[in-house]
Amino acid sequence: MLFRFIALNGVTIQRILSKNYCSKVPSKPVSTVQNDDKNKICIDPSTITLLERLSLVKYDTPKGIKVLEDSITFANKILHINTDNIEPLYTTLENENLNLRPDKITQGNCQKDILKNATVKEDDYFVAPTGNIPLLEIENKELPLKATNKNEN
Amino acid sequence: MYRFIYYKSLRMCNRSHSTSFNKWESVVGLEVHALLNTDSKLFSGAQNTFGGVVNSCVSLFDAAIPGTLPVLNRKCVELGIKTALALSCKVNEVSSFDRKHYFYADLPAGYQITQQRAPLASDGVINFQVFTPGFHKKPYKKSSKIKQIQLEQDSGKSLHDAELKRSLVDLNRAGAPLIEVVFEPDLQDGEEAAALVKELVLIVQRLGACTGRMEEGALRVDANVSIRRPGDPLSTRTEIKNIGSIRGVAGAVRYEIERQKTVLENGGRIINETRAWDAVGRATIPMRDKEVVQDYRYMPEPNLPPLRVNLKSKHDTQHVISVPLIQEQIPELPESSRKNLIENYQLRPEAAIQIVNEPILLEYFVDLAEERSRATKIANLLINELLTVLNKNKLDISDCPITLRQLKELFKLFFDKKISLEVFKNVLDELLISSDSDIMPSKIIQEKNWTLISDETEITKFCIEIIENNPKLVKQYKEGKVKVLKALLGVMSKNSQNKFDMSLASRIMEEVLKK
Repeated sequence: MLFRFIALNGVTIQRILSKNYCSKVPSKPVSTVQNDDKNKICIDPSTITLLERLSLVKYDTPKGIKVLEDSITFANKILHINTDNIEPLYTTLENENLNLRPDKITQGNCQKDILKNATVKEDDYFVAPTGNIPLLEIENKELPLKATNKNEN
Repeated sequence: MYRFIYYKSLRMCNRSHSTSFNKWESVVGLEVHALLNTDSKLFSGAQNTFGGVVNSCVSLFDAAIPGTLPVLNRKCVELGIKTALALSCKVNEVSSFDRKHYFYADLPAGYQITQQRAPLASDGVINFQVFTPGFHKKPYKKSSKIKQIQLEQDSGKSLHDAELKRSLVDLNRAGAPLIEVVFEPDLQDGEEAAALVKELVLIVQRLGACTGRMEEGALRVDANVSIRRPGDPLSTRTEIKNIGSIRGVAGAVRYEIERQKTVLENGGRIINETRAWDAVGRATIPMRDKEVVQDYRYMPEPNLPPLRVNLKSKHDTQHVISVPLIQEQIPELPESSRKNLIENYQLRPEAAIQIVNEPILLEYFVDLAEERSRATKIANLLINELLTVLNKNKLDISDCPITLRQLKELFKLFFDKKISLEVFKNVLDELLISSDSDIMPSKIIQEKNWTLISDETEITKFCIEIIENNPKLVKQYKEGKVKVLKALLGVMSKNSQNKFDMSLASRIMEEVLKK
């Protein structure tokens, strides 16, 4: 019965749409924020290298760079809008109070599930490339300085 | 022994700057992360613990599984407010959370939830005493302003495998609750920085907000260090990250000040960089990041509405905590404990600082010093004898197995002159080794036959024996060398295995000699 009702409704909606009833939703995408800045975004190779290193993601391909540039162009569209003297709205729940939860252990102990997402793991650890570690652990460039200062003490 | 050498080298160093480098002024500011002492994490119901099975105390939220949402732990807010009040901060009626972005393997979400725009509390102050025995002759008072206190998530832990160039990640700590206390750059050197951290550890321990166990990483210090010519504005600073011990703070800051002086005096330039403290090599070393100033892309955390607290009344609800109600729960703080010891027990400031620095020592002291006339003596015995015995046995004071009941009896025996100071120390040693709270000092003394002999006839008999066996010394004494009495008493205490009440023995010996 329920299925039949929905099917009927679907037919009704179709009929309404075909009769060109006026809708507030445009049928094609329309640019609502005018942006005069048509300058093409260009990112220099050193910035790409920096971003790759920070994000541990490799996108140093023409396609990868284009995606990044397009994203920036897209985001830049709203930069020209004047927001002087307008209080920023951070959340529509601004007037609500944050919910507080009692200090109880209710989650966790699901190591298997957590590790399921890892491509590489070892002894129940996730394995990742090295990141921010002291330079000395990789290259011994600074050793002489360390040695001299030690003598000083 | 190690300590002694270390302090000695510190002192030598200090002398050297006052002559050759006195034209520089060092500026030190700290940021301290304290892990809150809660059962569950800041935003998830996973267990907040140290040393759990790898990746077992992790909820789906902590692993940043899409669709999971943060729910704030009420206890974390309470402990944060408690700490803020103890540090005379202004608690903010409305505070909010932000995302701080950076990519790192132990930060699954790619951002940390913290409080950047509107922290939990701001504008406080910490007052503390700077006194490192062997480094400072006298304690002095110092204070540092607090810019803000914020609630934030901890990251997971990475083990670095340099050989295979990879990191092993454990997320047990990911999402654990931290408060970050940001101090103004009000300090001058490593000893002041260490003293501030010590005071903060004592405060959070009193409040029960944090265990203060730096060896477990429950309290971690970042130090910002720069140097300048007196009167100049602040210059470029370096940041030493994650220092994990109080002596480490002193060592790292002192090293960094000296390093910057050397660089500048050789015509170099200080760059704004992050460094790490190598506790073994006793040096700060540069870290890989921050060649370029990082953009953390702070943005408001959209999943958390503002946190509101009640500043005006004691009306407390599940979601709105009453600050005046928490104010009532603040216990006596270390600064007032010291004041109490100095004013009510007539202790010297040095002794008061040392006693208050070790919470257990203070507990012992307050109970032992019921009779206030002996307070100074009790304090000295605790600082000099108990701490020495503990150091000798390589035990931390917080792990001291001796019970108050045992100590009470031991002190009474000593004050009643039933045992000598030597025996007092030996009994402490025995108590430590046995670690049995049922063995009473009197039993040990009885078993070892250490009771002090205060029977005059017995002592007289022993004195005569000593005099007969040491005719040379006796002759010297009779010729007027009164100092020889000490030598005779030394022989006596050695031969009797410290079993005599020496003040009594000394009197009797003199009497016998004069006959």
